[in-house]
Amino acid sequence: MPARPLSPHLSIYRMYRYTLLTSFLNRLTGVALSLALVLLVYWLTAVAGGARSQARAAWLLNLPVMKLVYAACIIAFCYHLVAGIRHLVWDTGHGLERSQSRSSSWLVLVASVLLMLIIGTFAFVFAGRAP
Amino acid sequence: MSLRSPLRRVLGTGSAKQGVHHWWVQRLTSVALVPLTVWFVVSLLALPSLDHATVAGWERQGSTSLLLILLVLVGTWHSQLGVRVVVEDYVPSPAARTVTLTLIAFAHALLAAAGILAVLKVALGSAP
Repeated sequence: MPARPLSPHLSIYRMYRYTLLTSFLNRLTGVALSLALVLLVYWLTAVAGGARSQARAAWLLNLPVMKLVYAACIIAFCYHLVAGIRHLVWDTGHGLERSQSRSSSWLVLVASVLLMLIIGTFAFVFAGRAP
Repeated sequence: MSLRSPLRRVLGTGSAKQGVHHWWVQRLTSVALVPLTVWFVVSLLALPSLDHATVAGWERQGSTSLLLILLVLVGTWHSQLGVRVVVEDYVPSPAARTVTLTLIAFAHALLAAAGILAVLKVALGSAP
């Protein structure tokens, strides 16, 4: 190991800081979405294999535990989308002051939870369908 | 304590001016994924059913297959760049890091190729 400071300094940061929490959540949801990408390609491949291949995949995709996976995907997507837009705004040089960053972290939480509720309602309440 | 790496001290050549490339492509793919992912989620929720006939019919209509290919391509690219940074930050051993980064790059290339192939199969009508 080199004798210079290495990022990230997990032992130094205080975990409850909103700056750390929002950044950590963005990474966590990003990695979760990478796994969701595997699910997307699995589903696309199953569809491409025809009706019987999709029916075989439906056994896995319709397992009760998959509802939790889909819910996790929706949560990860909504948070990563809204937090990502916040990052893009930062890239223009706006909203970097401490007070602005603090209020935008609240905005990200509220907006992403609203989006989760909307998408979750359409996905789970309005649609009781099988893939 | 100096923040310069030993190699930097020996070579003394300054920056390679490549550092911004990862950052820029990450931003480029982020901007593209905002409309692509929103389109995908809305279209999926708007489908009356997820049975084979409905999904295949949806993939064949209009620009769906084009947008799906873009979603898979840009999505895997963005994912590769993001996971790469996480690995670089949390895997301290250079050997383990190199192996992990290689596997991640291969896995993403495989995902991109498989996803695009699957969309093309349905779009070009060679799916059974």
